Amino acid sequence: MRTALAPNPAISPATDPAMTTTEPAAASQMPGRATAPAYVSIEGVGKSYGSRHGAVHALAGIDLEVREGEFLSILGPSGCGKSTLLKCIGGLERVTKGSLAVRGQPLSGPPAKAGMVFQRDVLLDWRTILDNVLITAEFLGQSREALKPRALQLLQRFGLSGFENRHPWELSGGMRQRASICRALLCDPELLLMDEPFGALDAMTRDDLNLELARIWQDTRKTVVFVTHGIAEAIFLSDRVVMMDRNPGRIVEVMEIDLPRPRTLAMRETPEFGRYVAHIRHLFAGLGILKEG
Amino acid sequence: MRSTLHEIASVLGVIAAAMVLWEIGVWILKPPPIILPAPSVIFAEFLQAPSYFLRQTAYTIYTTLAGFGLAAVLGLVLAIGIVHSRLLEKTVYTLLVALNSVPKVALAPLFVIWMGTGIEPKIAIALMLALFSVVIDAVLGLRSVDPDMLNLARISRASQFAILRKIRLPNALPSIFAGLKVAISFALVGAIVGEFVAGSEGLGFAILTAQGQFDTPRVFVCLLLLGLLGTVLFYLVEGAERISLPWHVSQRGHASGH
Ligand SMILES: Nc1ncnc2c1ncn2[C@@H]1O[C@H](COP(=O)(O)OP(=O)(O)OP(=O)(O)O)[C@@H](O)[C@H]1O
Ligand SMILES: [Mg+2]
Repeated sequence: MRTALAPNPAISPATDPAMTTTEPAAASQMPGRATAPAYVSIEGVGKSYGSRHGAVHALAGIDLEVREGEFLSILGPSGCGKSTLLKCIGGLERVTKGSLAVRGQPLSGPPAKAGMVFQRDVLLDWRTILDNVLITAEFLGQSREALKPRALQLLQRFGLSGFENRHPWELSGGMRQRASICRALLCDPELLLMDEPFGALDAMTRDDLNLELARIWQDTRKTVVFVTHGIAEAIFLSDRVVMMDRNPGRIVEVMEIDLPRPRTLAMRETPEFGRYVAHIRHLFAGLGILKEG
Repeated sequence: MRSTLHEIASVLGVIAAAMVLWEIGVWILKPPPIILPAPSVIFAEFLQAPSYFLRQTAYTIYTTLAGFGLAAVLGLVLAIGIVHSRLLEKTVYTLLVALNSVPKVALAPLFVIWMGTGIEPKIAIALMLALFSVVIDAVLGLRSVDPDMLNLARISRASQFAILRKIRLPNALPSIFAGLKVAISFALVGAIVGEFVAGSEGLGFAILTAQGQFDTPRVFVCLLLLGLLGTVLFYLVEGAERISLPWHVSQRGHASGH
């Protein structure tokens, strides 16, 4: 019973040991629900960092296709190479093995029309919130003035009206992260890379931002690669969840999330949602990452 | 604004108190005037020829500011070059560090040989003394950028120039100002050394002439003026820092409320 599809309700994943031995190759060969073309193609990618203590194999043998317009989450324990994989996709790190293409073009440097949200908001203290959002336009060589209305609209959408002229240090952590999402969205990227954007936030703010992100995705159908530690968050947001293990960082399973859209917070109480959570828990428990009581 | 006035008032208060103690001390202990004159004598000396002293002060200010300004511009340009080029780092930076371990004051006579006895060698010495701290701190500041800030720029395919202008430079400003504050004091030292070595004007020259005549009160007038000058110049740089960095953690307490 090797599957990359939604867990079969007939077989409880928690009692099916075969589930935990799903191999990445098998997972990625399974036909997906969506048939959209690949936006990002990752083939046999490995990434090693040289260090004083010898080479660190942050990634090894990564095969993955990110389909156009899909919301893909990467879930895995700390140090399994999630950030590294995201940076490789963003052209911010060179891969040491394999190949990586965006829209069929082999990657050399950051792809066009990509936006990134970092784990820490990296807002610039010397700029106001509005100017922080507009910096994307400046970097891309687009007109600040032309994009100002869009920036204000984004800030409003994320509940930051009235804070345009404040400086980052005058805002709460949640507000800062929202501003950094506005910054990434300003020039309408096709590919949005998000590295645990809500990792440092409290549960309520996190729910709130998850909903907003789901809505934005629903409206714009960007290709999103979303790194997270949160199982529920990954299921709630995603079309597919990629599960990784460490040493070396590798994909252990890719799972389709077959929940209807638009998603609502109430869905998290449904048995289907619960089955996905149980399946992922079981998988990570089998890998010795989650200890089950 | 009120806190700045407050600060100035308290500095003046401390200085005034020190003067009073000094006056009383001289009055009680009666050291020979050639060793330590009383403040009242020093002030009287100043009032005898205020225009002479002010002219010397103006000359020293000019030399110091010229050396400091050149050091600031040249230092910043060098630092930017060093941060962007391995070659410049290997050559210029290494050379600067090596040069810095030579007591630079010892090079002053050489500058006189090269440039004569006009104002140029004095500016050059001030520049040389001030340059190092500008470069070191600017390089440090330009380098210590959060890697994710650079990633942020790179994901939007920013040019190196945009990264320099919009990220590296503003990020380095606090560090650059730390260097400038050290540099202004060094520039003043350089100006005085230049006037000592070969001069016909300036506070350094005035001290040297007064020394020749064993005119201790005149030496003290020059010293007090120098102290005043150094303090004012330092606070001017700090004022510029406050104006340029209202966003910095160290300045937020001073920022006017919203
Ligand atoms: N610049 C680097 N130099 C050397 N090793 C690195 C570097 N960046 C990451 N690594 C190593 O690569 C491995 C993967 O790191 P990465 O940051 O991708 O993990 P992660 O899955 O994002 O972890 P977390 O969830 O804690 O953010 C780790 O073992 C880490 O020590
Ligand atoms: Mg990470």
